[in-house]
Amino acid sequence: MIMEDMINLKINGMPVRVHKGTKILEAARLLHIDIPHLCYHPDQRIKARCRICSVEVVGKKRLLAACATECWEGMEVFTDTKVVRDTQRGILQLIMADHEENCLTCPRNGNCVLQQLCSRFNILRPNLTHVAEHLTVRTGNPSLVHDPEKCVKCGRCIRVCKDVQGIEAIGFAGRSTGLKVTTPYEDDFAKTDCVLCGQCTVVCPVGALVERDDTDKVLDAIFDPAKKVIVQTAPSVRVALGDAFGLPDGSIVTKKMVAALRMIGFDKVFDTNYGADLTITEEACELIDRLKNNRKMPMTTSCCPAWVNFVEKHYPGEIEHLSSTKSPMSIFSAVLKTQYARQEKIAPENIFSVAVMPCIAKKYEARRPELGKNGNFDTDAVITTRGLIKLIKYIGIDFVNLQEDEFDDPMGESTGAGAIFGTTGGVMEAALRTAYEWLTGREMPTLEYTPVRGFEGIKEAQVKIDKYNLKIAVVHTLKNAALVMNKLQVGQCDYDFIEIMACPGGCVGGGGQPVTTTFAATKKRMSALYEIDRSSKLRRSHENPYLKKLYAEFLVSPGSDKAHQLLHTCYQARTKEFDF
Amino acid sequence: MIEDSGKFDLNDELKTQIETILDNHCHDFTQIVGILLDVQEQISQHYIPKIAAFYIADKLPIKLSAIYDCITFYDALSDKPRGRYPIEVCDSVACKVNDNGFLLETLKELLGIDFGTVTYDGRFTIEKVSCFGACDRAPAVKINKIVYGPLKTREQVRDLLKQFV
Amino acid sequence: MENIKYITENFGKYDISSIDSYMSIGGFEALRKAVAMDGDAVAAVLSEAKIKGRGGAEYPMGRKWSQARVVKRPHHCVVCNADEGETCTFKDRELIKNDPFNLIEAIIIAGWTVNAEDAYIYLRAEYACLRPRIINAIQQAEEHDFLGKNILGTGWSYNIHLYSGAGAYVCGEGTALIRSIEGKAGRPRMKPPFMKQSGLFARPTCINNVESLSIVPHLLRNALPYMQAGTKESVGTKLISVGGNVNKPGVYEIPFGISIRDIIYDLAGGVQEGRNIRLIQFGGASGKISDDRILDIPYSYESFAANNLIIGSGSVLVIDERTSVIDFLRYTQDFFLHESCGQCTPCREGNRHIRIFLEKIKNGIHTDEDIRTMKTFATVMPMSSLCGLGETAQNALKSAFTIFPEVFTVKKSAGGI
Repeated sequence: MIMEDMINLKINGMPVRVHKGTKILEAARLLHIDIPHLCYHPDQRIKARCRICSVEVVGKKRLLAACATECWEGMEVFTDTKVVRDTQRGILQLIMADHEENCLTCPRNGNCVLQQLCSRFNILRPNLTHVAEHLTVRTGNPSLVHDPEKCVKCGRCIRVCKDVQGIEAIGFAGRSTGLKVTTPYEDDFAKTDCVLCGQCTVVCPVGALVERDDTDKVLDAIFDPAKKVIVQTAPSVRVALGDAFGLPDGSIVTKKMVAALRMIGFDKVFDTNYGADLTITEEACELIDRLKNNRKMPMTTSCCPAWVNFVEKHYPGEIEHLSSTKSPMSIFSAVLKTQYARQEKIAPENIFSVAVMPCIAKKYEARRPELGKNGNFDTDAVITTRGLIKLIKYIGIDFVNLQEDEFDDPMGESTGAGAIFGTTGGVMEAALRTAYEWLTGREMPTLEYTPVRGFEGIKEAQVKIDKYNLKIAVVHTLKNAALVMNKLQVGQCDYDFIEIMACPGGCVGGGGQPVTTTFAATKKRMSALYEIDRSSKLRRSHENPYLKKLYAEFLVSPGSDKAHQLLHTCYQARTKEFDF
Repeated sequence: MIEDSGKFDLNDELKTQIETILDNHCHDFTQIVGILLDVQEQISQHYIPKIAAFYIADKLPIKLSAIYDCITFYDALSDKPRGRYPIEVCDSVACKVNDNGFLLETLKELLGIDFGTVTYDGRFTIEKVSCFGACDRAPAVKINKIVYGPLKTREQVRDLLKQFV
Repeated sequence: MENIKYITENFGKYDISSIDSYMSIGGFEALRKAVAMDGDAVAAVLSEAKIKGRGGAEYPMGRKWSQARVVKRPHHCVVCNADEGETCTFKDRELIKNDPFNLIEAIIIAGWTVNAEDAYIYLRAEYACLRPRIINAIQQAEEHDFLGKNILGTGWSYNIHLYSGAGAYVCGEGTALIRSIEGKAGRPRMKPPFMKQSGLFARPTCINNVESLSIVPHLLRNALPYMQAGTKESVGTKLISVGGNVNKPGVYEIPFGISIRDIIYDLAGGVQEGRNIRLIQFGGASGKISDDRILDIPYSYESFAANNLIIGSGSVLVIDERTSVIDFLRYTQDFFLHESCGQCTPCREGNRHIRIFLEKIKNGIHTDEDIRTMKTFATVMPMSSLCGLGETAQNALKSAFTIFPEVFTVKKSAGGI
């Protein structure tokens, strides 16, 4: 470490040494002081907008925003003087005066940043006139709820929508007290550029942008004696759930999660990884078919619902690139309501299929008419990781000390390849394992294919399989996806197979994950998924025994007509409000 | 009542005009504020219809939310139809202390409209605006870029309105 | 009173549509002088004349230019801030209207001094009628090779672009202005990065007010009359905009140091119908106020500083006795309530609540606690706002606390209601 790069300063009289470029807020953390903040988010550009992190710096007439101000040599900061308290508390009071105070009935009750700040500053009674106006809640879609009355105008959602996803479905509008965070022309999300990825619901510090809550629907089904309520859990839920119960980021809590789901009252606890294995098998088969028969290339994955929405909405001309294979969740539900129902002799309409997903776009996917029969949907309800946390808390489960339990048979069985579906690069790696073996008749020399691992936005690699020299790409976040799609549109994209996931890091950083999710936490979850893969007995999807049984008894072979009927779907261009 | 902007017809003539404006601004999205001002000038009701905003977003590498932000942020841009002669009444201190209240009341009375409504013939709307730098002519109004003032008597106001037939 | 014409020297002297006419009265001589000088020498002339930014921020202009020219990053640019938005300020309007070529010449000199490649004029939407004049002046300057490539054989190339504002006071703030030119809503951003390092399109940017710029060509041509005018600390002359309840509102050029009484009663013809003065606000909506006790102090930076006033944009708004202090403060607050960009909490919400407290005082239903809370927020807001708008929005109110303390007392009702 070069000495010149270090800076000495004092915060509340305590000396601290930091790297050049460190902000006051970060420097204070080294001294275990948490300067209050609202608009600040570790993964976002500095906004310095809420001003609640204002602190006193000796020699400055005005207070400085701790989130935005870089430390300098000899700087003296005070975070606890009267003027700082007056200011921070004053700003909080100003926000509260314009905030709909129905905390008790707010979806974020208990994990709201504003609530925590108010408690910290001991805001007991408002000393300002309450000026909050009544505003309409926007709910016209299955995934996302926008309650502008609760908005604190911090702009975190706008940043993630623009800087991470490149969508800009929401933005600021108006000025002064009329400033709001809104979609253009206050249209519902369905009419806008929004693809329901839900990243805004992860970064929102309050209850302004939340997912549509379906936990009651699940409980109603559980209470209904006629229903057999069967739950599947996505791979990335088991490595994120622990965060909410005080476990370190990326803790693997699969077995505790299974136990908790059983206590909540699900009749069967299955694993979406089984669906992932099926998706891989079909997708690998589809890829080989496209390669051999010179069909539309490149093929892209289609397991991410926000990505599918993105193509349908923003690149309708490129729909044919999407793999027709259903997503793990939908493939699972389709098998559940056909083959499994037959095998267990349950009428499909008596099965209530619940999916626990790290995603809010899955709620939309579950309502796609093509993913169901005769108006009945294959997946009856989708709850997010956050929804599951709510159910666990409702039952009153001491999650951390729970006895561990195993998934049920037969659809609880899965491979390591299914597990890594939850991270960017995982689908590609899993598909390669299967495709390699099918094309060459040999096992892949190394199962762990590292060029597709990691947090980089666009990863490229070339794999030689048999006579094919496959050019592959792994992409996460829609901003990066747009870069690839723009190339593809003009024919400058020579990839053969592209994996795309909408959320940063893939599902481990999904829009339905706990609100504490950051890039740092996401990376730990990624490692956890690879750890699950490493310790799995079976690591190639096509080895899954119940999958083999399904093909043997019912679907004939991957890519068969029967498999196509049950396991594949179609996409359609979304019409725009105005077409020119 | 002010007509719903959703019903606005984006005809080929206006499309061509918008294209010309975009050409004049070199299709440079950073000039969006200027583009919107120019488009607004082409529309007799001095506003940006929703469909026109969508059209511009379609033609430039800029998202609709950024355009909507500009339209709602800047006073000179409107997303609601206005009169052909929007009367912008200065409502800043210098005009207020020179009795712009009388001016406002007289305008409302003579035209039979209030803020947010348009005269039956679509000619006038009355708007309160911030200081437009004509404090030496207080109380003043601005109609399509031209400042009129001081307007201190009923006759002066009536004579002003007569100019816009 | 002696009539001085220095900055306004060219007013009415030439045909503002013709560059030849402008050149016939010595136009572009200053530019020729400037390009023969080193940039530092030009900046030194400004420093010697102690010109402070005339938009309101009062930053020493010579220092601004000499700092701007040494920034190592490439693609410097100059921005001319013609977004004159302070209430009762309309001097820049007169300068553009009556002497557009002088402004263009000044912008070219600025570009030469700070090594810029481009200049941008940001003209407020309210002055759209002045657009043709500026466009004409730019075009003619281009035709005469004062703009474009290889200006005056120096090998230096420079262009001026005209951008329009769209009606937002906050765009007079530098960072908001550049965002507006960049095609965004004009909401200020935090500093650093500072303009001189990374401003418009992330280029090193030197922003100047119209009046500040307009002085430069005059100064280069003949500095003597300017240097002889004014006081020791406030050299030269200033354009002031006088308005409100005076008989002759308008723009006047004055030497620093004349008394406020002279301004109001001599130049502006006194208060309408001989009424008494309730208060005077200097420097626009963000300026401070006083009552008639300051009538005999000189109009200069140093005497204003001593009397807790600011010159700012140079506006003098006279309010007569018909308007109460509270009404005036309400009007000013209404202005900021409308013009705040709304992005930072203290300004967005603070303005609204101060306005509510003022309404309570107006209606006589305020309590001691209301006054205390209002005073707290009048401090909190400027301390913590993101930009200069929030910082200065309560200037009038805060000076009223000292000048008119009686307005903020709670009348104890005698023996219940």
